[in-house]
Amino acid sequence: MTELSYLDGNMLDGPLRELLAVDLSATTGRCDTCGMTGPMAGLHVYSHAPGLVGRCPACTGVMVRLVRAPERAWLDLRGTTYLQVPMPLEQRLRPAP
Amino acid sequence: MGIVSPGFQGRPRSSAPDLPPGQYLTEDFPVLSAGPTPRVAPDTWEFVLTSETGAEHRWSWDELMRLPQETPTVDLHCVTRWSKLGTTWQGVSLDTLLDGVDTDASYALAHSYGGYTTNLPLDDLRGGRAWVVHTYDGRPLPAEHGGPARLLVPHLYLWKSAKWVHGIRLLVDDRPGFWETAGYHDYGDPWREQRYQGD
Repeated sequence: MTELSYLDGNMLDGPLRELLAVDLSATTGRCDTCGMTGPMAGLHVYSHAPGLVGRCPACTGVMVRLVRAPERAWLDLRGTTYLQVPMPLEQRLRPAP
Repeated sequence: MGIVSPGFQGRPRSSAPDLPPGQYLTEDFPVLSAGPTPRVAPDTWEFVLTSETGAEHRWSWDELMRLPQETPTVDLHCVTRWSKLGTTWQGVSLDTLLDGVDTDASYALAHSYGGYTTNLPLDDLRGGRAWVVHTYDGRPLPAEHGGPARLLVPHLYLWKSAKWVHGIRLLVDDRPGFWETAGYHDYGDPWREQRYQGD
């Protein structure tokens, strides 16, 4: 009997790119179950399932669920308190002197 | 040797008449899981039926084994499109477990060790159509297939047959489970191909 293996959060990039423009592997997420904050690329993703289930590497709480039907997809991020997304440096407009 | 080879007369597997629409036949037993496999020893396992009033009915492993045992042979249909025919199990009918449970509930929410849940109409657990099974193909149910015991409700897609089942809550109102809150169909009849919400 072998434990089902999981993939890392990088594998969510392709499926999520269909919905979101954000590169998930570059984001940081907070687990809503245990509060651990870390790279979303570090999630344990169970893909031998009816959908993708991304779990917190610390507490195994579900942080992401993604179900793909032929013409629809469902994304559940309720287990992720926030996603911290790197952004390009904001170009602030300075008032003219 | 026959004059006509079996391959000539054989139907393509995908159009076998005993498969629901969109399913293909598999001979092995794929393992699907949405998380780490819970390891529950039979001596710590228990099954809890909780009625809508909060009344609890509990069975230990030994108590489950002392109940009348049935040996259903059933077809399995997974929403990921594989079907496996003629699987043999041993376990206790939900009719037996629900016998003597006073309830006016119409819905059930099965819950598992590891946190998985799935919902069904209570009627679908009655009438000789649902079991708590502990033996598959003559052997103790392996953990990766839901052992020590899982729910078996073969007339619905297999996600309804909760692995590592720990109990069932009887509910007045329907409460969608793990996959049912993530786009999958609330009922999941494979013969009507109820895969996703709205199917």
